[in-house]
Amino acid sequence: MRWVQRLAPLALTALLLAAWEIACRATQVPAYFLPPPSAVASALAANLPVLAAAAWRTLTVAFAALVIASLIAQAIAILIGLNPLLERAVRPLASVLQVTPVVAIAPLVLIWAGIDHPERAIVALAVLVAFFPIFSGAVTGLHAADPDLERLFDLYGASRWERILRLRLPSAVPFLLEGHKVGAGLAIIGAVVAEFGAGSGGVRGLAWQILDAGNKLQTDRMIAALTVLGVMGVAFHAALDTLERAGLRWWRGR
Amino acid sequence: MSLASLEGVEVRYPGRGPALGPFSLRVEAGEIVALVGPSGCGKSTALRLLAGLESPTSGQVARTPGRGETSVVFQAPTLAPWLSARANVALPLELAGVKGRAARSQADAALARVGLSGAERARPAQLSGGMAMRVSLARALVTEPRLLLLDEPFAALDEITRRALADDVLKLWADLQPAIVFVTHNVEEAVYMATRVVVMTPGPGRTAGEAAVSGAIPRPAGFRTTASFRATVERVSELLAGAVAG
Repeated sequence: MRWVQRLAPLALTALLLAAWEIACRATQVPAYFLPPPSAVASALAANLPVLAAAAWRTLTVAFAALVIASLIAQAIAILIGLNPLLERAVRPLASVLQVTPVVAIAPLVLIWAGIDHPERAIVALAVLVAFFPIFSGAVTGLHAADPDLERLFDLYGASRWERILRLRLPSAVPFLLEGHKVGAGLAIIGAVVAEFGAGSGGVRGLAWQILDAGNKLQTDRMIAALTVLGVMGVAFHAALDTLERAGLRWWRGR
Repeated sequence: MSLASLEGVEVRYPGRGPALGPFSLRVEAGEIVALVGPSGCGKSTALRLLAGLESPTSGQVARTPGRGETSVVFQAPTLAPWLSARANVALPLELAGVKGRAARSQADAALARVGLSGAERARPAQLSGGMAMRVSLARALVTEPRLLLLDEPFAALDEITRRALADDVLKLWADLQPAIVFVTHNVEEAVYMATRVVVMTPGPGRTAGEAAVSGAIPRPAGFRTTASFRATVERVSELLAGAVAG
């Protein structure tokens, strides 16, 4: 029963690919408009080293952005956790950041980063989108400590720092894990969108490969790059999911 | 002078009306007081006032125990899930400035006192409800408090575990002699554990009556079947029934 359930999505994918292949051959649609999966597969095979290198570039950018966003978001969350007035001041600004589409600020950040450093702009933009879920998870988590444990810390006369370090941050761990998972997914999207914003020739990540193939009407290579992006996203998400679950198991003690 | 006292205290929460009082209670060193009353009468509020965790809207609270000399055990074990049993018990010591190794060995001794030797490294999630409650008790006792406050500590446990824990608390009391104030719904438990039972009226709670309980502590076997135990349970039940009837 289990393996039937696992096979079901694969079977559907195979079925859709077969239908796509048959439709392309039957209607003789031009390859620049819609190449058949077989053509995409050979483009993928031919360009695999280039595409893999591009994927790696995008992934490292996303990862660097995640680390930076994580440090900034947690530092700000702790600061405002120490001072409720600061929280009132920061919250609306953080929300503005959340609702602003990354494509809309990309040109501005590209100018600030300087024409010679598009990679800095791309990291900065990915940081912007990865920031919010981590920040929001940290703020929620820092308020999520058991109120009776908070009372015990009152009773023991704990200082504000002891309370943050020994009660609130550890209590926030499940929220932080969730925030980092969402933030990491967004960091990849942010990196790709920012590469688009930087345009051709800037940073040759996956988005650049897609743009470049599009400009040359190499639709099969375009779809191959998209496939790599999809696979990378799924693998990244699965890895983060595993990490999150392992982290939660450790935190809960079982 | 009493160890802690409430004099005519009233507590009102904004938008929820009066929760307690006027209510008075004097706790003498080394006595065990049970607070019994219907739900919502303010028993737990009275306990938080005694702990100094809350201030009354009016009335006087006097407490002689200093910082670290009062401990509270809540209805849930209230343990940090990310810490081992040992680290949970060592926490109040560490926050009071006791250094790592000394805190750990005192924590292990406290765990041994509640019969949990060997469970030092276990996480709360790996413990049964009764064991987790014992860890909570060990954490409360590790600082050797003068005033121990128990807020319905056994309410979530099965009858056998409850009774075993009640005997454990009385044994620990015999060792350290802290004053204990505990809140319960259960009249038999109140009479079994306390030297004095205070019955409260429905909220906002006042004192409906008191009953002294005689007999040795820890309780001898068969204490629940003695005539004096039955008579005290009867008397407290009547006070409670009278309080609820108004």
